[in-house]
Amino acid sequence: MRFPFGIAGAGVGEIERQIPDGEPPPLPVNDALRVIGKPVRRQDGRAKVTGAVRFTVDVKPPGMLHARILRSTSPNARVRAIDTAAAERQAGVRAVLAIARNDSILRYAGAPIAAVAATTQAAADAALRLIRVDAAALPFVVDMDIARRANAALVYQPGEALPLNAVEIPVSGALPLTGNVRGPETLGSRGDVEQGFAVAEVIVEGEYRTRTQTHCCMEPHAIVADWRADGLTVWMSTQFTAGVRRELARVFDLKLSQVRVKVAAMGGGFGSKSQLGVYGQIAVMLSRQAGAPVRLVFDREEEHLDSGNRPETWQQIRIGAHRDGTLSAISLVEFGSAGVGVGAGVGNFAQTLYACPNFSLAQNDVFINAGRGSAMRGPGNTPGAFAMEQAIDDLAGQLGLDPLVLRDRIDPSPVRREERRLGAAKSGWDRRHAPGADTGATKRGIGVAQSIWGANVYTNASCEVRVLRDGSVLVLSGVQDLGTGIGTILAQVVAEEFGLLPEDITVHIGDTDFPAGPPSYGSQTTASITPAARTAAWKVKQALFRQVAPALGATPEQLAARDGKIIIGNDPARGMNFRDATAGMRTDQLSVVESRADDYGGFRRRSGDMAGAVNDLGGVQFAEVSVDTETGSIRVERIVAVQDCGRPMNPKLIESQVMGGVLMGISYALLEERVIDQHTGRMMNANLEQYKLVGPRDTPPIEVIVLENYQGQSATDAYGIAEPSNIATAPAIANAVFNAIGVRVRELPMTPATVLAALGRLPRRS
Amino acid sequence: MDRFTWQSARTVAEAASAGKCTVAEAMRADTDADRVVMKAGGIDLLDLMKEGLLRPTRVINLRDIPGLDTITEDAAGTRIGALVTLEQLAAHSISRQRYTALADAAASSATPQIRHVATLGGNLLQRPRCWYFRSAAHHCARKGGEHCFAFAGENQYHAVFGHDGCAIVHPSTVATALVAFNARVELANAQGGTRTVALEAFLVGPEVDVTRETDLRAGEVMTAVLLPPMPAGVRSVFLKQAERLSSDWSIADVAVVLQRAADGRCQNVSVVLGAAAPVPWRAQKAEAALTGRLIDAAVANAAGEAAIAGAEPLRRNAYKLPILATLVRRAVLTAADVRETVP
Repeated sequence: MRFPFGIAGAGVGEIERQIPDGEPPPLPVNDALRVIGKPVRRQDGRAKVTGAVRFTVDVKPPGMLHARILRSTSPNARVRAIDTAAAERQAGVRAVLAIARNDSILRYAGAPIAAVAATTQAAADAALRLIRVDAAALPFVVDMDIARRANAALVYQPGEALPLNAVEIPVSGALPLTGNVRGPETLGSRGDVEQGFAVAEVIVEGEYRTRTQTHCCMEPHAIVADWRADGLTVWMSTQFTAGVRRELARVFDLKLSQVRVKVAAMGGGFGSKSQLGVYGQIAVMLSRQAGAPVRLVFDREEEHLDSGNRPETWQQIRIGAHRDGTLSAISLVEFGSAGVGVGAGVGNFAQTLYACPNFSLAQNDVFINAGRGSAMRGPGNTPGAFAMEQAIDDLAGQLGLDPLVLRDRIDPSPVRREERRLGAAKSGWDRRHAPGADTGATKRGIGVAQSIWGANVYTNASCEVRVLRDGSVLVLSGVQDLGTGIGTILAQVVAEEFGLLPEDITVHIGDTDFPAGPPSYGSQTTASITPAARTAAWKVKQALFRQVAPALGATPEQLAARDGKIIIGNDPARGMNFRDATAGMRTDQLSVVESRADDYGGFRRRSGDMAGAVNDLGGVQFAEVSVDTETGSIRVERIVAVQDCGRPMNPKLIESQVMGGVLMGISYALLEERVIDQHTGRMMNANLEQYKLVGPRDTPPIEVIVLENYQGQSATDAYGIAEPSNIATAPAIANAVFNAIGVRVRELPMTPATVLAALGRLPRRS
Repeated sequence: MDRFTWQSARTVAEAASAGKCTVAEAMRADTDADRVVMKAGGIDLLDLMKEGLLRPTRVINLRDIPGLDTITEDAAGTRIGALVTLEQLAAHSISRQRYTALADAAASSATPQIRHVATLGGNLLQRPRCWYFRSAAHHCARKGGEHCFAFAGENQYHAVFGHDGCAIVHPSTVATALVAFNARVELANAQGGTRTVALEAFLVGPEVDVTRETDLRAGEVMTAVLLPPMPAGVRSVFLKQAERLSSDWSIADVAVVLQRAADGRCQNVSVVLGAAAPVPWRAQKAEAALTGRLIDAAVANAAGEAAIAGAEPLRRNAYKLPILATLVRRAVLTAADVRETVP
């Protein structure tokens, strides 16, 4: 079969692919389609803006109890005794659960100690205050630099079991632990870096620092658990209904068939809602104990303290190059902290983005007494890009090359080449002046940075399509919509196949009673579930054609579905309305369940259900800033984001996600930082007042360009967009700041204090 | 949040006779004490209650008291009712035309939603935003504890002047401008009497009492802020620097009020710094550097430098000094209508 292949606007040809039996024929390019690739409005948009849509916090089964968790106020303490007797006697209390035990170590402020379920949240809060915890304070360390010192307090004693959790972040099992430092991890090193630096004609190096960023989902973590004799039903704000079902079945020794996980609308996850989590287990245990449904919703402080975060990093990067820009060596030394967890590595970005024969990596996890890190939108690559893309900008300056010209020489990706070309034209790159060239206190600058991210696919992803006798169509899948609009996209895919409109299709998702869907992390939802949906729709259509062909006096092969009709021989004048055709079905419904086939051209890597496509995702972003050199204040004036995601399924939804990624990137660049007091070990800004997110007045115009990049790899040829859109923003801003003021800001967040320090304008303290 | 009783006062006298303590006193009171506090817009009060710092037994609502929500002027000056919202203050023609720095300060505060609810009285009486003060886990000096955590801790948002035992900065942005205009506050008590006091004297630093920010007495109700009339030729400018434009507290702000005599020389100069000290900080050396002078770039620059002379920055807040100096210089130049030349 021949598939469209290449980048629209830069020459789309064809490629021959062997496709497995039972897969539908190739889709033409978006221009030749009616619904796919069009800016279709979000199906639940009206419900969202009118407040009608239901989130997990709105789920209220009869008899529901409210749970609250007692959390450690100490950054490190050993429990001697927990007394819950008074809490158990409190009016309204139905279940009390001690999570910590005698001799448990509470390793961070915010660590769960006990939990209560009561008839009201106020009663649960009151009961928490009655729990007596006797704990001995232990020495603690909350600063990564101090934690690296030889005499630092130890987060884990030698021989203690380490928490090797990982979603998306590969973690090696056996690495040395020295004090609080676990590593170095050298995975991915190649060639001979010493030799590479020996032959280099130009070497740039720098030290970069990024800060801990918390997810700040608009919708908090929330679960309602209902344990009954015949099984467990859980409503949860989760990025992976099928995964949570698996975890629940394992933890509570239930059959998969006894567990049902449902999610209504979601207000974001960004990686922090990928798993069941301790809080999820707590809710289920309380429900089992109380014999009633239990609701557990985090408050904003809990969101910051104990729902994951993007680890902070210190990176030392060194790049050697020849005069023409060709890279000869890259070395990256990193220390990062995921608190009491692991997974702070950033090496993938520097390892994979540019052609360079010699690469060495030494990355280390540093334990501190703080909440555990987790996957967060482009984990590793986002902080990695902040350092590496500034180093490349630095190198371009040293070589006297335009940063885009240098990248044309060292970046092998044809996709990013096209993205640079489009972005340069859109951003007015030719206006860019020499660093610091503006006169006056406020200086403007333009900068660029690039992204790389794996095009992930989850092959254990299934979807059911049903056509009913009255012509209505149902799409069913366990896949969840964490706010990106996958339900709308599924309607588009199925509508295209049946020649209908998206509003003709009813989509029910977010329920494990439907065929198991993929996780919505790793930017793989659309890539994984849309091919399954199209294949199922195509198969149902074939079955329908077989049933209605005799009535039309045609053979099934002569039929096609278009514009609400089933037509014969591609002649719109011959045929009947879709609805009239389905009325002749033998049964009330025709139904097919299909799953995601492997990429037609094969995968580059595979691990269990999760695979990586042959080609990575790109993305190039351009930032324009103005910097007040007397106050250190940076204003982002404009962002141009050029992104790719295979075949774009819905430009409106893609643009929306890219804007979200860019906003999160601006916020990371300029504002966000978890601040922990060194003396008490407590996070001081566990709120949304002093933990600052970018706001409306700080939001610049964001212009989004989305490539159509056809690769002939699946029934839809779609890949993801969520994470790539976040990776390049902060370094693009940093490079624009350098272009504005001629001084490199190597530390996040780039607040007035940071910028004034970089400019050497801080007075010495008396 | 614990249960409390609600009383909506119809008159100032009713509120004043019901009020038993100030918010500062209620926060430090014994758990069995009668903790009766007053509420205007409720912005700060609800924050304190949700943070578990304040557990009132009774809340006296002031918002139904008529007559406290207008701005009027006569020959004696301008009277701003204590229930006037920040949004009214930002938009009213009197504040916009006569007291521009005040209108701009109000407009720069918080979010549109908050500005429509927050009152001037509540804004002046709000408690500080210091994150140690706002943390129930930190029993700091201002809450009756032993010491100030900010001195050795995370003090990037703290004071560079006047931090005598406590390093908060005064939270009110409009207070910076009001002090520059030599505003007075009017306070009514339960006995039916009133007193007026200069705002600058009403706001007290930690050297007076570390556990309160004002001279408000138990049972007193703030009824108005009084501004002197502004003669022709007075110009006022307010400038604020924050880390973001949307909904953020100042890291530094400045109000400059000056009058130019017929010969162009400055007189009646006020230079007040916000987010710099536990109270709005009058930069007397800057005022002296401007008084009697013709404004040019060098004089404005000298005023900026004079404004930060004697500052005592903490470990993480020295960055505030160049910002304060810059804002003073820019505000002076703008007030004097002198365009800054590009070097």
